[in-house]
Amino acid sequence: MIEIKDLTTGYLHPDYKEITLNLTAELRGGEMVALLGPNGAGKSTLLRTLSGFQKPLRGKIIIEGDDISELGSKRLSHLVGIVLTERTMLENMSVEDLVALGRTPFTNFFGRLSKHDYEVVSKAISMVGIEDMRGRMVDSLSDGERQKAMIAKALAQETPVIFLDEPIAFLDFPSKVEILRLLHRLAKEEGKIIFMSTHDLELALQLADRIWLLDRQMGVTIGTREELNQSGAIVQYFSRPGIEFDSSIGFFRINS
Amino acid sequence: MRVKFLILVGITIILFALNIFIGSVDIPSRAVWQVLTGEISDGPIRYIVLSSRLPQAITAILAGAALTVAGLLLQTAFRNPLAGPSVLGITSGGSLGVALVVLFFGGSVSAAGYSWDGYMAILMGAFLGSVGIMFLLLLFSVWLKNDMLLLIVGILVGYFTSSIITLLNFVSTAEGVQGYMMWGMGNFNGVSMQQLPLFGSFVGVGLIFAILMIKPLNVILLGENYAQNLGMNMHRVRNMLLLSTGILTAVVTAYCGPVAFIGLAVPHIVRMIFRTANHSVIIPGCIVTGAAVGLLCCLLCVVPRDMVWPLNGVTPLIGVPVIMYVILKGRGRR
Repeated sequence: MIEIKDLTTGYLHPDYKEITLNLTAELRGGEMVALLGPNGAGKSTLLRTLSGFQKPLRGKIIIEGDDISELGSKRLSHLVGIVLTERTMLENMSVEDLVALGRTPFTNFFGRLSKHDYEVVSKAISMVGIEDMRGRMVDSLSDGERQKAMIAKALAQETPVIFLDEPIAFLDFPSKVEILRLLHRLAKEEGKIIFMSTHDLELALQLADRIWLLDRQMGVTIGTREELNQSGAIVQYFSRPGIEFDSSIGFFRINS
Repeated sequence: MRVKFLILVGITIILFALNIFIGSVDIPSRAVWQVLTGEISDGPIRYIVLSSRLPQAITAILAGAALTVAGLLLQTAFRNPLAGPSVLGITSGGSLGVALVVLFFGGSVSAAGYSWDGYMAILMGAFLGSVGIMFLLLLFSVWLKNDMLLLIVGILVGYFTSSIITLLNFVSTAEGVQGYMMWGMGNFNGVSMQQLPLFGSFVGVGLIFAILMIKPLNVILLGENYAQNLGMNMHRVRNMLLLSTGILTAVVTAYCGPVAFIGLAVPHIVRMIFRTANHSVIIPGCIVTGAAVGLLCCLLCVVPRDMVWPLNGVTPLIGVPVIMYVILKGRGRR
């Protein structure tokens, strides 16, 4: 479980800037949670702070009982796995080698894999359904396949938490759906906390167990699709002149 | 994989032998053989084989391996296939350090022709120059997220140091300038048998540092964020990289001059041979292949027989086609 207590994210340098203010929330295992909000709402900053890449300005993040600001990168690597948007240039690296890098926190000084490590890697590969690609070079994969390999890498890390920063941003529609379904299934079956930022509002509303709406002015609103629908929060966060949210079908309508 | 290694080691041994048997002075193979077996125990032939060709071949092995591994570390650290000690201005930084020492303290150039103090001064000059530039690049790499921009900064830094060297040359004596010019063309024949242990130890230390970093090097292939998430202490990895690339480039630059293209091109040859990005294969591969290419360049220098071509006239002949191939192959990837 992740407990976020009175968290304020933001930057100290070059100018002091607070982004998300006084957030108190929880993330529980077994749920896929989507973080939604317009550009500049602070989604990436929140994810970076939760992943330990930057320090919170105030407040605490407690993962499985440990305050992450007191943990070294070694310990944190056993708690949190990540998947990012960036298309990492990887030449001459097979899918299996990539997934195996997820074992880094467990391997010895020279990074040699044990028999157990190989088993975990194989399991991670089959969990995301890319067994037939394990020998292929990463740079020959499609964007969707590559993200699956990255998710397998995070699974091989065997962390209770996986944070994903816009993992489906550059994918075609069927791949987006496939990846979200996969993440949803992994959350259910493995009991992991899966927390992702995305711009694909309509897909996230259909597939995520819980939604976090984030905005610089309005702060954070958390709920299931039904709850957010009923409270009118989605309309509040995303409607602009000319865009209407039809809560009965869960889609946006553009007025001409 | 083992077969590929064996073939490379075999090629290296053959090239080493060719370097002993073939040189700028024509010596019959029989006579060389007699020197090696001890049948010829003194005279000029023995001197040429054991005090000129042998240390030169060993220097070529050490320098080739050192530059190749330095190039590999830079390409991985900056995640850029076109990074290398000479491209990023690290060699010119070393040159600047050496130029400052030599042109101000005078005399003939290269660590070879110096007393112990002068020798250490040149080494320190090259080391501080190389590491200084490397440090500057790492600083820039924090600010510049774009890898291409970083490469351009490296090239500009190279121009800048070259310009200072030119200005230094202008105010220096004629002998200083000529000595520096000769040094600047690069050579593997400046290290004597007596100096080899020290040269070899420095290269050895640099290579050991590189081998100790196999795991972090593999992880930073994924980029800084993923590496940090996998538990890497990026500060420490950076410092280790700084140290090991600095040592390798500096020691070779101090003894052999600013040797171009080996560090840039040979890691690509190694990747083409082994088809993997795993540094536990690539680093040993770079050591062996770098040694072989060093020996090959050394051999090409004596092709004209009665004179010796400068090393930096030969290394681009091997380096440029490889880099061209890499650029053409990578076209449209980004």
